[in-house]
Amino acid sequence: MLPLISHWLTQLIIGASLLLLTTFVLLEISRYLRLQLSAQKSLVDRINRALPQTQCGQCGHPGCLPYARSISLGEASNKCPPGGRETILELAELLNEPVRELDPAHGQFRNFSVAVVREDECIGCTKCIQACPVDAILGGPKLMHTVIASECTGCDLCVEPCPVDCIDMVSHIAPSHSTAFYIDERSSSGSLL
Amino acid sequence: MSLLKQLASRGFGRDRVFARRTVGGIQPLPFKEHSLRSQIMATPIPPQLTIPIGVNDSGAITLLVSIGDQVLKYQKLAVISIAEKGCSEVPVHAATSGVITSIEDSIVADHLEQKQLCISLATDGLDEALQPDPPPNYSQLPNADLVSLIRDAGIIGMGGAGFPTADKLSGFGESAAEFLIINAAECEPYITADEALLRERANKVVLGADILRKACAAQRCIIAIEDSKPDAIAALKQALLEQINLEQGCELVLIPSKYPAGSERQLIQCVTGIEIATGQHPTENGVIMHNVGTANACYEAIIEGKPCISRVTTLSGQALKTPKNFEVLIGTAADFLFELCGIEANKSQNGIVGGSLMGSRLESNKAAICKTTNCLIAASENEFPTPKAEQACIRCGFCADVCPSRLLPQQLLAFSKSSNTTQLLEHGLLDCIECGACDYVCPSHIPLVSIYKKSKELVETRNQSLEHSNYWQQRFQFRQYRSKKEKDQALSKKADASTHSAQVTKQAAKPQKGEADFISKEQASRDIAAAVARVKARREEKKK
Repeated sequence: MLPLISHWLTQLIIGASLLLLTTFVLLEISRYLRLQLSAQKSLVDRINRALPQTQCGQCGHPGCLPYARSISLGEASNKCPPGGRETILELAELLNEPVRELDPAHGQFRNFSVAVVREDECIGCTKCIQACPVDAILGGPKLMHTVIASECTGCDLCVEPCPVDCIDMVSHIAPSHSTAFYIDERSSSGSLL
Repeated sequence: MSLLKQLASRGFGRDRVFARRTVGGIQPLPFKEHSLRSQIMATPIPPQLTIPIGVNDSGAITLLVSIGDQVLKYQKLAVISIAEKGCSEVPVHAATSGVITSIEDSIVADHLEQKQLCISLATDGLDEALQPDPPPNYSQLPNADLVSLIRDAGIIGMGGAGFPTADKLSGFGESAAEFLIINAAECEPYITADEALLRERANKVVLGADILRKACAAQRCIIAIEDSKPDAIAALKQALLEQINLEQGCELVLIPSKYPAGSERQLIQCVTGIEIATGQHPTENGVIMHNVGTANACYEAIIEGKPCISRVTTLSGQALKTPKNFEVLIGTAADFLFELCGIEANKSQNGIVGGSLMGSRLESNKAAICKTTNCLIAASENEFPTPKAEQACIRCGFCADVCPSRLLPQQLLAFSKSSNTTQLLEHGLLDCIECGACDYVCPSHIPLVSIYKKSKELVETRNQSLEHSNYWQQRFQFRQYRSKKEKDQALSKKADASTHSAQVTKQAAKPQKGEADFISKEQASRDIAAAVARVKARREEKKK
């Protein structure tokens, strides 16, 4: 028996199979980890897709994606007023939770509306431009600003910073978009997610 | 071996036209014999025509006449093009001579439930017509010319969908169609317009079918008709015998008499075995389908040179003394036709446009007949009793048995009630043809089709909001990317500036600031003071 084990060919075979086994185990472990990671990512992705992407911050997070991440880690999913009842239902189904009413601490349901600048009252302070999460406001320092209605998500964020209160939320028919021109520049420098 | 060769020469795949067993369907009691007792009657010219042009905001309408104009029969009144559906221009012609009195939105006997722009024509009874073009021999015309002649005649799908026939014909581009199917399956219990047309004008329909076959260069032309219409089949066979010298004859296929056999996808599958996938168009599968009425209109346009100014419409229902098929001028008011049939005013309860199963309510008796109005029903009170109260679904499964699209209506109902759009789409809501077979058999009287219609709207709005949210997400990400880039640039600039002398940047910055400052300082301070005062006033108001 001993001479068989000590034979160089047997040792080679044992060594090779051990090597193969370790490689296989390592590969399996990495695959499992990747799967876990992607499952987590896809959950965030799916939650994010259910959110309305108005980026309004009414949930207390700076944008929809951070809220989606937080939901995936266990935060309540009923803090999104612009999503309406559909978002709550969809999230409840996705997370396998009972349907809850909207948390009144974060606002109430209302119809889709867009911001409109009362242009003769605007003093051109650019504060609303800085607040707008989707670059829907056009204007320059000490020049009149205006909201591009088709780009506005109705997030309300520009109303508060305006020092002269010249922005109104006006209910509006659903927006229509032109083709996006800016995607090329962004994709060349990789995803932000 | 020789048999195999013979089969191969005929083409294995090609020779596949026969009536297959169809899925689902119902056999409602027919009410066809009432309106088939008499021949198609040409209507007298009504005193007023309201010729529908099209829904005002759906496409570009070009009016060729104005109020007060004297027009002749066959004169072009307007051209409409629905760009979003990829339709080219379709003209509308005057049905008789007279003076145009008004151009405004009014109700049309249509399934759209929407007002359409109509040209009102006060007829003069003279019926003066433009001389129709000398009829060209269509068999010598190239296909493109034939299609443009059909387009100029203003022919749209007479079966109900109303898609411009010329666009349907030219939808193949370079590749030729394999099958042209003439849809003579009229499965709605009340409608007999196509059957009457076939009984009396089978020759015209067969020639019209040949024109359509030539226009789309189809390899085979098939007329599909239900086996429950012996008179029409006999007339068709006679006509096919007479027209035996046609370049390529038509084939006649008898299909089982079932509702909804006349639905486009169902009929294609029954006759050719080709199943059209969700979201696909029959033309992508080499099949094109036209209605019998369309074939007749093509005959009139190409052989007789008359544009599409009339159609055959069934008038039926128990409130009418003599239900009939009429050759109606486009734009005739519904009540004019009801009068001709002897409507019993005390009996009439409600009007229906289209058939009893798929039709919609007639909004007003003044509604005008358009090119797609195939049937008007004046129902008596007990003809269509008000539906009984809805009860809970008992999951009997009758609806799944009759669904011609092989859907599961009770699952769709459950998901509709919980507004679950994902599951609705997965269960094929968009494949529902709204035939109403499930409604018909439901023992709990659940108005399934109207629920599905609402669900389809819900899915539509959900898709739209998804589109918006994707767009907004992109915008937000781009903004984040941009602000990060700007920050980085500022940082690198700062690093650069520290190496350079500070004075240079100062000098460069100063004149720029002066240039931008074109409002005088006093003016600015006055503006700001005024704005602050306004805000104060408003805030106080709010507090009160």
